[in-house]
Amino acid sequence: MTLPRSVTAGSSFSIPTSGNGKAVLYIVGPGQALRRAVQLGGAASIAAGDLSSAGHYLAILTGESSSDTGEFDVTPVDSPESLGFLAKPSRLPVGLRNGISGTVYVFDAYHNLITKPLPASFELSVPSGTVQARTVTTRNGLAWTAMDSAPKEATAKFVARVGGASSARVIQEVPGDPCSISISAHPNGGRLAVETAPVRDCSGNAITDGTIVTFTENFNNTQSTVDVPLKKGIASVDMPANKGARISVASGVVAGNEIRWDGGR
Amino acid sequence: MKGRLLAGLILVATIALVAIGTIWPIPSAIAFAGGGKEAPLGSSSTPQGAVEALGTQIRLRALNKAYASLSNKAEFTEDQFVHDLNGYALSLRTYATLDGVEVRPLHQSANDAEMVMKLRWSTVVGTFEDARDLHVVRSGDRWAVVWPLVHEQHVPPQVIPVNYLRWDVIYSGSGDEWGAQDVEAPHVRLVDMHPVNRADGVVVMGELLNEDVVPAFVAVRATLLAKNGSLLDSEGTFDMISHTLLPKQVTPFIIHFPGVDLSQVGSIRMEPVSVLVSASADPVIEIVGQKYNPAPGASVTGQLSNQSGQTVNVAHVLSTFYDKNGQVVWVSGAYIDRALHPQTPVDFRVPVPEDLAKNISKVSSVVSTYTTGSAL
Repeated sequence: MTLPRSVTAGSSFSIPTSGNGKAVLYIVGPGQALRRAVQLGGAASIAAGDLSSAGHYLAILTGESSSDTGEFDVTPVDSPESLGFLAKPSRLPVGLRNGISGTVYVFDAYHNLITKPLPASFELSVPSGTVQARTVTTRNGLAWTAMDSAPKEATAKFVARVGGASSARVIQEVPGDPCSISISAHPNGGRLAVETAPVRDCSGNAITDGTIVTFTENFNNTQSTVDVPLKKGIASVDMPANKGARISVASGVVAGNEIRWDGGR
Repeated sequence: MKGRLLAGLILVATIALVAIGTIWPIPSAIAFAGGGKEAPLGSSSTPQGAVEALGTQIRLRALNKAYASLSNKAEFTEDQFVHDLNGYALSLRTYATLDGVEVRPLHQSANDAEMVMKLRWSTVVGTFEDARDLHVVRSGDRWAVVWPLVHEQHVPPQVIPVNYLRWDVIYSGSGDEWGAQDVEAPHVRLVDMHPVNRADGVVVMGELLNEDVVPAFVAVRATLLAKNGSLLDSEGTFDMISHTLLPKQVTPFIIHFPGVDLSQVGSIRMEPVSVLVSASADPVIEIVGQKYNPAPGASVTGQLSNQSGQTVNVAHVLSTFYDKNGQVVWVSGAYIDRALHPQTPVDFRVPVPEDLAKNISKVSSVVSTYTTGSAL
């Protein structure tokens, strides 16, 4: 039999044979095996789509009195059909250099990894219009890049394109730690209403609602504490109104200012 | 020969004692075995006997008889008495069993007496003690207890608007394409870790911060490795951590390694685990009037005030104790045996080991809560 040196995945081809009589052709490769009855002297036809998995194949022709073997390659289709796009992390603080990584795997229509070098473009965009773009040539079927998170809080769209195939992921760029926390207090009935100024990170982004702010009041060797979530960027709480009390605030590892309540004078 | 004789005598004596116990059982044995119609009352002819009898009836859950024996039962209903003991809402008390009663006389005259009754309750998370100062009065030839009913305060019926955040999570599904991103696990960080050698073994304690913008379910596992790298022990925090951490919230943790000495330990491997979970910023619990009480009887005391509109069934206070350099010297916790009703303060007390008490200069506490129908 006469085998082609290589064929493209999914394409049709034929394998001419010589001799007389009947024989069976076996084609065995990675993840796929075919069996064809062959009339020796004619050609064994492999229809389009029959051999779709790329790789190195072994062909065995066994007749009544003789047999023949040979090898050939099935190569991926050159045009990308789909991408496997791994974007990490899906959520990160703003202003992080090379904080976002994107890795793309390029596949043909039969899910074969296209190992031929191809230009892959990555684009990270935020609704404000800022776009970071990189073009990387794939190597052994994959390409990767790293991007910076934007200085402003946003939901970014991370898109990878190779040929006509593209894949998109969403990256949440969230505020970082509070830059400073400042509190003020005023009487509220018999209690003391304490509230923060709008809490922001060092890039000016409003800290996410739900972030815990801890208020602590120290008075006469006793302490009152309460963990309050931010609502609309502000945390507020009613605390005991003790003249001479010291009230402080913190969120995570960031401490804010301390005030001393002198009774409202 | 002598051995057989001795064995025979022991057998005969055992059979005889079992027969005597079966035919003429003592009243308390009948009662505690669930039989008999009457509780094994102590003698009410003395103040101590009256209090002991009351304790026995409570232990047997014969609360109607306990209520009937009280001197001041006209001041409250039987339901109020039962709620005083078992709690008004679902709480640790609801499923607690009375493990023991200790009665201590303080003062006695011809017609009245003062007693302290310590009720030791057993729950799934340990024991708690309920001490009552009792006034006992003479009535004819008998003594009866004046029960100091603890009236639970209730806020008037009202609507409390709650608009705190709630986080829900949609996870990736099996139908998603390969490489599709899942929701990122929350980023948590150990901000302090400190091993200590104690008499009963090594203790590893520290603090964990949720530095993300989403809530996290957290746990910490510590593994002790010997100097040659072999595994000594691996333990988790179990309940000595506040498992649900909201954004930027810090929890202390403590892990015990009984039977291990710190001199055996070459290194410690810490594994904080975080999982993104649905959570609510409600309820907010205020810690009011927290005070550190030095030795003897070193502890942190204060009150918890539930600022939300829903009843918190179980609350767990975790306190972190720091020295003057800000280093964590101990982490301790205490469960609150009563439910936290809205805006109704409840006392708490977190004990501190006496030998560490002198090193403590600052205390910080967090409260984790459990409400029926939600995760802890």
